Amino acid sequence: MAGVGSGYDLTTTTFSPEGRVYQVEYATKAVEQSGTVIGIRCVDGVVLAVENLRGVKLLRPDSLRRIFAVDRHIGIAVAGIGPDGRHMVGRARSEAQNYRSVYAEEIPPSLLAERLASYAHVYSLYWHVRPFGCTILIGGWDASQGPCLYVVEPDGSGYKYRAYANGKGRTAVRTALNKLNFEQLTCTSAVQEIARMIHQSRDIAKDKPYELEMAWISEASDHKFARVPGALVVSSRQAVEEEPQQMETGGSTASADRGETPSTSTHIMEES
Amino acid sequence: MSRSHEATIPPARGFSSSSGGGLKTSTPASLELLYAAAAASDPFEGIASAMSFTKHLLMHNCDVWTPDWYNPTQDPQLGTTIMAVEYDGGVVLAADSRTSTGTYVANRVSDKITAVAPPYIYCARSGSAADTQMLADTVRRYVTALALETQRPATVRTAAALFRELIYQNKSRLTAGVICAGWDPLNGGQVYSITLGGTLVRQPFSIGGSGSTYIYGYCDASYRKGMNREACIAFCQQAASLAMARDGSSGGVLRMVCIEESGAQRLLFTEDQLPRGWQG
Repeated sequence: MAGVGSGYDLTTTTFSPEGRVYQVEYATKAVEQSGTVIGIRCVDGVVLAVENLRGVKLLRPDSLRRIFAVDRHIGIAVAGIGPDGRHMVGRARSEAQNYRSVYAEEIPPSLLAERLASYAHVYSLYWHVRPFGCTILIGGWDASQGPCLYVVEPDGSGYKYRAYANGKGRTAVRTALNKLNFEQLTCTSAVQEIARMIHQSRDIAKDKPYELEMAWISEASDHKFARVPGALVVSSRQAVEEEPQQMETGGSTASADRGETPSTSTHIMEES
Repeated sequence: MSRSHEATIPPARGFSSSSGGGLKTSTPASLELLYAAAAASDPFEGIASAMSFTKHLLMHNCDVWTPDWYNPTQDPQLGTTIMAVEYDGGVVLAADSRTSTGTYVANRVSDKITAVAPPYIYCARSGSAADTQMLADTVRRYVTALALETQRPATVRTAAALFRELIYQNKSRLTAGVICAGWDPLNGGQVYSITLGGTLVRQPFSIGGSGSTYIYGYCDASYRKGMNREACIAFCQQAASLAMARDGSSGGVLRMVCIEESGAQRLLFTEDQLPRGWQG
C-alpha cells in the first residue's frame, strides 16, 4: 500500500497533486469486486439483476438480498458493500415516503436519484466519514416518461442509463450490453439476455456458486416493483447453462475480464 | 370595576377636540367612568378585542373619533362566495369581490382568485385575507421550487396537498378555506376543496365562503354531470349571484377564471350582467 496514494489517500479532505481523491477511488474498487450487477431499461419496463455470490454453503437461499423495493414504483440494486447499500436504500425509502406525504404523489425516479446522489456526495467531503462503498442502480417507472434507470456512484455522481453493469463481470457484460437493441428489447427477453451475460462472464473453474436475483418494474408487473417470477429466472438460467460454451464471448476472455482490468467507459449512457 | 349599562355617556364622545371634561382627563375616577361609558357604547361588551381597542384610545388620551362601523381590531375578512366546477378538459373558478372589515366594505373589487402556478393552477380564497394571501404565496413558492427540481409542472393535486399541509399544521392559527383548482395533463380539470380543519377532498364542484351556505340546495339541485364550459360558467353565474344577493358579506362584481389545456382566461361580470333572482 505504501506509495499508492503516498499520504494523499488518508481522507477525502485531501486532494492528490494530480487532483484525485483517492478514498473515493478506493470506494469504486470495492464496487468492482462485488458480484456482477446489471440494469437494463427496456421498452416495456426496467430490469435489475444481481449475481449474488454464495461463499458459504449453509446460507439459505434468498437470504442477503441485493435488490430492494423502495416505493411501489422504484427498486434499487446494490453493487459493492451490502450494508452500505442497505443504508442508501433506507435513505431512499424515507425520501420516497417524505415526498409522498408532502406532495401527495409518487417521487419521480429522477428526483430520487438526484437526492441520493447529493446524499452520497456529502460522504466524500468530510474527514470523519468514509464514502459509500457501493454503486446503486435505481430502476423506476416515471408517471410521465415511463421506465428509467439511474445510477448513483460513490463519488456522488448520478447518471441516467439505458443499461449499466458493474462488479466482477462488468467488462464482458458491458461488451454484451453494447450489442443489444434497446429500441426493441422487452423485459422478458432482457431477463434471458441477463442470465446469459452473467453466465458467460463467469469462470466456472474459479468462481463461487451464485444465485441469480432479478426484479423488474414493467408492464407485466403493472408498473410496480416486483421480483421476476422464479420460474422465468430458473428457466432462463437453465437454458444458458445447457448451451455449449461459445468461444468468442465466454471462456478464456471472460476469465481475463474478471481480473483487475481498468474500468472502461462503455456504459451506454442516455442523452440528458 | 363596576361597569354598568346604565352609565351615562359623556358628551365628549364625538368629534370635539376641545372637550373640557371628557376624554382628556386621566384621573382614576374619571377613567373608571370612561370604562363604564365604553362598555355601554360597546355592543360587544366582554369581547376582549373590541374592549381593549376602546381602552387603548382612552388610556393613551387619544381624542379620536371612530365611527361605530369601523373597528380596526377586526381583520379584513373575505366574507365570501367562492366556487369551482370541473368540466371535461378544464375547470372554472368563480368568486365575488367583497372584502369586509366588520360591516365596512374595505374593497368592493378585490380579486379572490389567485394564481398558484399560472396558467394552470389557481386557488379561490375565503377566510382571513391576510392568512389566505400568505398561504397562496407560500404554496406558489413551493410549487415553483418543485417544478424547477423535477423539471415538470407541478400537478393540481400536489398544489392542493401543499395547501392541506399548511392549513392542517397551523389550523389553530389560521382562518382559511381554500378551493384549489386547475388543469394538468395527467388528470385534466380538477377541483380540490381544503376546509378550515385541513381536510382535502376532490369534488366535481365545490362551493365555499359565508355565501355558499345560502346556495347548497340550489347547487345540489341544478348541478349536472358532464356540463361543458359554457354550462359551467352559467352555473357559476347563477349560483354565485344568488349567494351575493343574500349574503351580506358577499357582493360586488363576479370574477371567474377558466383553465384548460390552452391556458387560463379571466372573466368579469358586473352587477348589471348577473342574473337577478327574486328581489323581495
